[in-house]
Amino acid sequence: MARPVSYNLIQKPLEADISIVDMPDGEQGEGFFATKLNSVIGLARKNSIWPLPFATSCCGIEFMATMGSHYDLARFGSERVGFSPRQCDLLMVMGTIAKKMGPVVKQVYLQMAEPRWVMAVGACACSGGIFDTYSVLQGIDQVIPVDVYVPGCPPRPEAIIDGVMRIQDLVGKESLRRRNGEQYKALLESYGIQ
Amino acid sequence: MLTNDIIKQRLTEKFAEQVSNFEEPYGMLTFEAPVELNLKVLNFLYDDEELKFRFMTDLTAVHFPNDKGRELAVVYHLHNLSDNIRIRFKVFTAIGKPDVYTATGLFSTANWMERETYDFYGINFVGHPNLKRILNVDEMDYFPMRKEFPLEDSTRIDKDDEMFGRGGTLGFGTETARDRQEVISENEKHDETGRPIV
Amino acid sequence: MSEQHIKLPEGSIEKTTTTLNLGPTHPATHGVMQNILELDGERIVSAEQTIGYIHRAFEKLAERRPLAQITTLTDRMNYCSSPINNMGWHLTCEKLLGVKTPKRVDYLRVIIMELARISDHLICNSIVGVDAGAYTGFLYVMQYRELIYEIYEEVCGARLTTNIGRIGGFERNFNDIAFQKLEKFLSEYPKVLKEFENLFQRNRIFMERTMGTGAISAERALNYGFTGPNLRAAGVDYDVRVHTPYSSYEDFQFNIPVGTTGDNYDRWLVREKEMWESLSIIEQAYQKVQEFKGAEAEVYHADVPEYYLPPKEDVYTKMEALIYHFKIVMGETEIPKGEVYQAVEGGNGELGFYLISDGGRTPYRLHFRRPCFVYYQAYEELTKGGMLSDAIMTMSSLNLIAGELDA
Repeated sequence: MARPVSYNLIQKPLEADISIVDMPDGEQGEGFFATKLNSVIGLARKNSIWPLPFATSCCGIEFMATMGSHYDLARFGSERVGFSPRQCDLLMVMGTIAKKMGPVVKQVYLQMAEPRWVMAVGACACSGGIFDTYSVLQGIDQVIPVDVYVPGCPPRPEAIIDGVMRIQDLVGKESLRRRNGEQYKALLESYGIQ
Repeated sequence: MLTNDIIKQRLTEKFAEQVSNFEEPYGMLTFEAPVELNLKVLNFLYDDEELKFRFMTDLTAVHFPNDKGRELAVVYHLHNLSDNIRIRFKVFTAIGKPDVYTATGLFSTANWMERETYDFYGINFVGHPNLKRILNVDEMDYFPMRKEFPLEDSTRIDKDDEMFGRGGTLGFGTETARDRQEVISENEKHDETGRPIV
Repeated sequence: MSEQHIKLPEGSIEKTTTTLNLGPTHPATHGVMQNILELDGERIVSAEQTIGYIHRAFEKLAERRPLAQITTLTDRMNYCSSPINNMGWHLTCEKLLGVKTPKRVDYLRVIIMELARISDHLICNSIVGVDAGAYTGFLYVMQYRELIYEIYEEVCGARLTTNIGRIGGFERNFNDIAFQKLEKFLSEYPKVLKEFENLFQRNRIFMERTMGTGAISAERALNYGFTGPNLRAAGVDYDVRVHTPYSSYEDFQFNIPVGTTGDNYDRWLVREKEMWESLSIIEQAYQKVQEFKGAEAEVYHADVPEYYLPPKEDVYTKMEALIYHFKIVMGETEIPKGEVYQAVEGGNGELGFYLISDGGRTPYRLHFRRPCFVYYQAYEELTKGGMLSDAIMTMSSLNLIAGELDA
């Protein structure tokens, strides 16, 4: 019995022309606005994340669909996808990572500058997926620390966008001192990254 | 009109008893030849004006651990594009010394196909320009598609074999390499992780 | 003092070529493959390919799974057109098991396969445009790939890795909404394809970028085992749908576009024309499907209870259905012994399945003859003597899909 999916056939009316992000909490007055530096930097960073799509397999095609006009990732500020790790903030690992590819992922992660975030898109990047074999890395968190996991095989573009929104939450609320702190250093030590 | 019978007849005329085991599973003529003659047969099928098998569709291998002396089979699929006939040709070789002459001189497509077969089964293609591993990591020291090796990486710690229905004490009927020790002969002894003991 | 400043590696002054690693992570390599190029300025002297960065051991995995579960593996080979892989696998199983599918199932399969072919060629052609610098075409046609995904969703529930169909047919009948979406596609898509064509086909920049680069002759292509659009661009009209028709392709009228020189422009054109042919096949198939009326229009699978799961209402109420369900799920069905080779025309060429069954629940050996793996060998010959930018265009016009390369 088919559920009545008709919204794809009928055009949806436009509700508002432009949407703008909310202001952070703070004291406002005539010509000044006082808030925490953390909130402002977080606000600026989270709405202009530059992703590096590390697309290996099928999830890469779903990423291409997410970048397309239907599920537009550019509205979240990720218009400029770069392929150079030196210029990007978010490493989106999409697809199966084989053992042969593991050192390459680590190398790309090391080349990124702080602050950097990692998103594992797809079941294969999260945990090896359906490929429990001798040649597949069972999840990229064997080699690099991961911030957000997006499960799915492949995850729908809405799920990838949800993952990006979670990253935005993390970026917006991150403390400016986190990357120099003891806990972060210990995390990187556990992966063998100096 | 080229038919399977004509091909069989031409082959038996040229090679007498050396080509054997003619079968036609699902309409495709399949036959076997000794491993030393594989190039001669391929050349004959290529050059002959009536047979014209000038397109190599596939080259792969199969492992039969129970047929002693004939464990590894190399299977060639050839295609005659003008008459639209396909044919399958097998050679069998022993696992102790799996040497097969390379077909790269005749078909350039055999280059990577033979590398893949070497990578998975360890068949040494004599005369191949670049016989090294293609799909697996270069440091791998065993040939993974052979029947005695397990599918999973035995060093992984995050997946519980028992809950995944493999081995363990619940016994779902799927065996691991450990359980199949009895079919492995002396020259293929392996330790409990599946790696060969040298 | 100047000797203490710079220490050059041994032999580097005499070396005249540069080694460039077009590595596994590169925007131009769609999917992970690596090329180590020796360049003399901008000219390529030699190219060595390394693959295996996404080797997932499909053939070993297949020895562990019963026949119906291997469909999910075949999805992930050429993931841009996964329904074709799925149908190819179902045809292989049906050949082994001796199952004959009714005509309506064949025509529905043809619709799905041709939609997948359009989807695959759209990606390839628009990515060739992106690599030449034209991003608009890609964004424009992605909209219509979304509509194709919606049609798959109506039939099987998934967008990309579809696992569509079962041995003997489909898991559910195509409902009205699926046909509505198909009609929307058939009415809107020709105009879009024409606009996409107008962007590139007689565009001077595109023609200068692609003509004459990456050419291969028909004899070399045949020797390398090329199949599919790459071979047809070189001038050989070999198409598995015509040579060994499967799934009632012989009932359809279509042309096979053939090129002359086998260069990048010819490959682009062949894929473009094939999309028009696929559109015409879908229209013919849709008309044929609509001719089935009444009870015949409800047929969506072959009557093989040994291999096709019975509907749940019957499993809970009837004895035979319960027994068949049990036997299929527990793997007690009769699988004949034998070896079978079945080929289908995938998006990239002849996708072959060589299946050896020993009568057990899982295959004894399953080998996939993957077209991408076979023709990537020729990359060095295609690019030798050309420029680096032409090498990039050649790589994307060959439609290399990493999942199919490594399997």
